[in-house]
Amino acid sequence: MAIARPFLIALALVIFVLSNIVFFMWAEFKISGRVADRLGPMETGRFHGWAQPLADILKFLNKEDIIPANADKLIFRVAPFVGFIPVVMVLAAIPYTNKIFVRDFDIAVFFVIALSSFTFVSMVMGGWASGNKYSLLGAFRAAGMLLSYELPLGLAIAGVVMLSATLSLIGIVQHQTVWNIVLQPIGFLVFMVAMQAELQRSPFDLAVAESELVAGYSVEYSGMRYAMFQLGEFFGLWALASMAVLLFLGGWHGPYLPGIVWFFIKFYGIFLFLAFSRVSVPRVRPDQLMDLGWKILLPSALVNIVITATLIVLVPHYQLPLAISEFAILIGALYLMRRVLK
Amino acid sequence: MNAAMTNYYYVVAFAIVGGVFGGLLLTVARIMRPNKVNKTKLEAYECGMEPFEGNWTQYSARFYVFALVFLIFDVEIAFLYPWGTVFRDFGVTSLIEMFVFIGVLLLGLVYAWKKGVLKWL
Repeated sequence: MAIARPFLIALALVIFVLSNIVFFMWAEFKISGRVADRLGPMETGRFHGWAQPLADILKFLNKEDIIPANADKLIFRVAPFVGFIPVVMVLAAIPYTNKIFVRDFDIAVFFVIALSSFTFVSMVMGGWASGNKYSLLGAFRAAGMLLSYELPLGLAIAGVVMLSATLSLIGIVQHQTVWNIVLQPIGFLVFMVAMQAELQRSPFDLAVAESELVAGYSVEYSGMRYAMFQLGEFFGLWALASMAVLLFLGGWHGPYLPGIVWFFIKFYGIFLFLAFSRVSVPRVRPDQLMDLGWKILLPSALVNIVITATLIVLVPHYQLPLAISEFAILIGALYLMRRVLK
Repeated sequence: MNAAMTNYYYVVAFAIVGGVFGGLLLTVARIMRPNKVNKTKLEAYECGMEPFEGNWTQYSARFYVFALVFLIFDVEIAFLYPWGTVFRDFGVTSLIEMFVFIGVLLLGLVYAWKKGVLKWL
């Protein structure tokens, strides 16, 4: 029984996350519909198209699976698994409250960051193996995105690690008497932008880019193999949105309600933010993306680290000075940017 | 088994479940889906035109210098995390040491920037 236990937990978690993903899909249909002044799906399942995601899954199952004749067949088949398995492994490291968690990893932060960037490896594999010009372009764009966004993401989290002096996610949440979003507003902003790039969501969906590259790295994929890429993306969303909640929004801390409820309130707050920013911001160009990553996000993340480290070492009660100086710099920088961009 | 080994046993279990789950989905799809392949379907997709000039065309990766700078900074992050967990025990010394480390790398970034590396040609 002790041997089978991890497998059962994994299966239960995968099913739980999947049921949430079905809801994510429906909510995204509806939100992007309403934002564009449409109704979104209304027919499937009678009530506001609630069964649309289920119908989509059925459609994926029934779709003919085509592997192009000149594709690299082995890598073509392996790529969706490379995208899917690591994000399932990430679930083992994510705590929901201080009682409900799978395992308390002492290097959880490292573990999650490392595994969630495997998505890009799968994109490059799939895009290259398809033997198609669009997908090759998509793969190169994915590689370029990885180069621009991995660094700000890692550095933004380094600030949080310095505050709580541990890499365990449970330890980080327990350390947050004040939510880290107050102490690390610059880090939080950098993390939110870099997170959307890591998730390949719309302002940064360069590797997919329906309107330029048809479907980028996944042009030649169809049916369930394509759906596995999508699933991997949604599992990645689950992992990174949970990370945002745990690292910056105080995890399960909150008054009155039980911890697990707070966790999911914050989690769905992040999800709503992602769903809205997806439909309200136009896609950036590849060169704009690299500029944003290297010239804005990377320096600001480094500034964040320098300020945090200095204040922690030099000032005994660093929380208030840290929050004030971070917000002052943030507002100053935004004001300057407004002036420059005008 | 000690705690760390148990952790990694869990990770392996999650990986296996992920793989089996994906395989299961593909198997169900294999049973359900139609399979009528013909030559045209197996061609590379190019918006309806016949594919030309081979499919692995040359592509100039504009960002190969980025990749080198990226590698350096990525290693820096790998050093920053363990430093971040212990630096307050060593006080100002560790602060200055890390600032020198970050400073040298930042200088490299500024140099690369001025040299025009961070430009999509």
